[in-house]
Amino acid sequence: MLKENNIKTSDICLLKCQTGIRGLDEITDGGIPGGRPTLVCGSAGCGKTLFAMEFLVHGAIEFDEPGVFMSFEESSEELAQNVASLGFDLKELESTHKLLLDHVSIERGEIEETGEYDLEGLFIRLNHSIDSIGAKRVVLDTIESLFGGLANEGILRAELRRLFRWLKEKGVTAIITGEKGEGTLTRHGLEEYVSDCVILLDNRVEGQISTRRLRIIKYRGSAHGTNEYPFLIDENGISVLPITSLGLQHKVSSERISSGIPRLDTMLGGKGYYRGSSILISGTAGTGKTSIAANFANSACERGERCLYFAFEESTSQLTRNMGSIGVDLEPWIRQKLLNIYAVRPTLYGLEMHLVKMYKLIREFKPNVVIIDPITNLIAVGSDNEVKSMLSRLIDFLKADQITALFTNLSHARSKFEHTEFGISSLMDTWLLLRDIEIGGERNRGLYILKSRGMAHSNQIREFLLTDNGINLVDVYLGPAGLLTGTARIAQEAHDKAAQTLHKQEIEQKKHELHRKLAVIEAQIAALNSEFEESQEEVNKLIRQEESLERALAEERAKMTHLRKADDPIPDEKP
Amino acid sequence: MNETEITDDKEEFDRLLQKGDTQTYLLRLYIAGMTDKSAQAVQNIRKICDENLNGRYELEVIDIYQQPELAHDAQIIAAPMLVKKLPLPLRRLIGDMTDKERILVGLDLRPK
Repeated sequence: MLKENNIKTSDICLLKCQTGIRGLDEITDGGIPGGRPTLVCGSAGCGKTLFAMEFLVHGAIEFDEPGVFMSFEESSEELAQNVASLGFDLKELESTHKLLLDHVSIERGEIEETGEYDLEGLFIRLNHSIDSIGAKRVVLDTIESLFGGLANEGILRAELRRLFRWLKEKGVTAIITGEKGEGTLTRHGLEEYVSDCVILLDNRVEGQISTRRLRIIKYRGSAHGTNEYPFLIDENGISVLPITSLGLQHKVSSERISSGIPRLDTMLGGKGYYRGSSILISGTAGTGKTSIAANFANSACERGERCLYFAFEESTSQLTRNMGSIGVDLEPWIRQKLLNIYAVRPTLYGLEMHLVKMYKLIREFKPNVVIIDPITNLIAVGSDNEVKSMLSRLIDFLKADQITALFTNLSHARSKFEHTEFGISSLMDTWLLLRDIEIGGERNRGLYILKSRGMAHSNQIREFLLTDNGINLVDVYLGPAGLLTGTARIAQEAHDKAAQTLHKQEIEQKKHELHRKLAVIEAQIAALNSEFEESQEEVNKLIRQEESLERALAEERAKMTHLRKADDPIPDEKP
Repeated sequence: MNETEITDDKEEFDRLLQKGDTQTYLLRLYIAGMTDKSAQAVQNIRKICDENLNGRYELEVIDIYQQPELAHDAQIIAAPMLVKKLPLPLRRLIGDMTDKERILVGLDLRPK
């Protein structure tokens, strides 16, 4: 809401003039005040002249606004030479009437003051320069030199006041540079006359590392960033980096990308990391952090994505050689320009400078994946708090651009694993812990997922093996003897296997015996059956003999009865 | 080419040295429009020159409003400004030429 308001009001009241200096226009919400003078002050060597020159050159080239550079210190030739290394061809711009350099030389020894005077000469000169090329932008660098050349300060101050008013009336956007004085912004109090916008440049040295910073001290009628912003002067000129925590409004992706290690993907809900997430790999020395990082880089390149690798410990060739030894060949990706390894010692710059440099490289290379290996080394150049603030800004910036970031972190052996030195864990979406497990006179690597936001992930510790063919994750042995890794695991597994085989054999044998027993029993049953049948046969035979005997006796009796011709039989039973 | 130039300069220098106070002054007065201050300056400088140089001077008055490009070439910052081109060294006198003592010093007509 605030922002909308600003745009609205600035549309109505305040015309802004884009400087073309990268980053500055963002901080100032569109540039410096158009048609008004802006004071740029700072100590010697902080980049005032370059700042002013860039303003003119960008104006001339990008915004079609010709400019006049009135230099009170350096001659036109010197100026042209100084900025030639930045690719600015001032002579070319001068010949096409886009730029006019006017060197005002003031030699104290030559000048004698003989009464009342004014600076009308300077006004006319400037006016002529502006009109001859239709300039919209003017730089006065450094007008304070007049104080060195002219003794009458009273006249000078009155004339300067008139000059700035005149510049406003003329409607040109002007930059006036001023050297920083003791306790004041400029040595001669120019800030008194230029009240619309004041920008302070600073070059501070902390711990032998210098960082350039820029701050907008005031900007009438406009909202502006109030922080100190680091800026960089390199082969492309000044870049100011408004890297601030943007708030948590970035869009997230539900796309998943492989970690480059199939088994790790399985642990991460079967699909790998989220795109645009931040991943922290922490572990003690030699636990394989870089290897995991390199695998991730490799898999990104295999997908045809671009990867930017900040190596703070190893040189490019060292890294590719070492990764080659575990079967990760990074060189083809470097050749195809998919992988960019940026190897520097952290102590090369200050922390902010690193951030600025990273920001710049990321902007240029446009990677999908950024790896910083390790972040711990940055501590060497900044305090914990600074590192945290830097990282949070970096992560916010990366997230806004949906860049997946992987950081490695060297934790101290003695400190608790869950403790990162600068409490950055809350900034991380996925946190892998690598730890060494010492068992049986061996040191082995273990890996587990401490957290992974937004996905079901494994809670298991895996043993982490670096082989010639790459990284392999295997289950650790969890048995009655406890957690075993390495040779102990292999021995235990072999032992288990032997025991199992033995057991199997026993069962086989038992089965066999049972079969035999069954056969014996069946044979016995058959024998008994036949015995039974035999006895049955005998009994039947006896029965049959008995029956025939009886039949024979009955016949005999009947025959005798018939022969005797006996009476009807008397019933026996009757008494 | 350079050699002849150098000898020329040297001869010229010797000639100038010998001439001493017979040296002709080449003066240019730059003014910013015909203001009172400008008129004052012209009047003052003419008077001083007439009194001290006996016609051994050439004074050119230039209005930088009319010829602003000359302001750049002559390194003008203030107005009115008198430039003593000859005799060397080059001197610039700024102001409305009311401080006679300083003008005489500036024109090397009086030691500092």
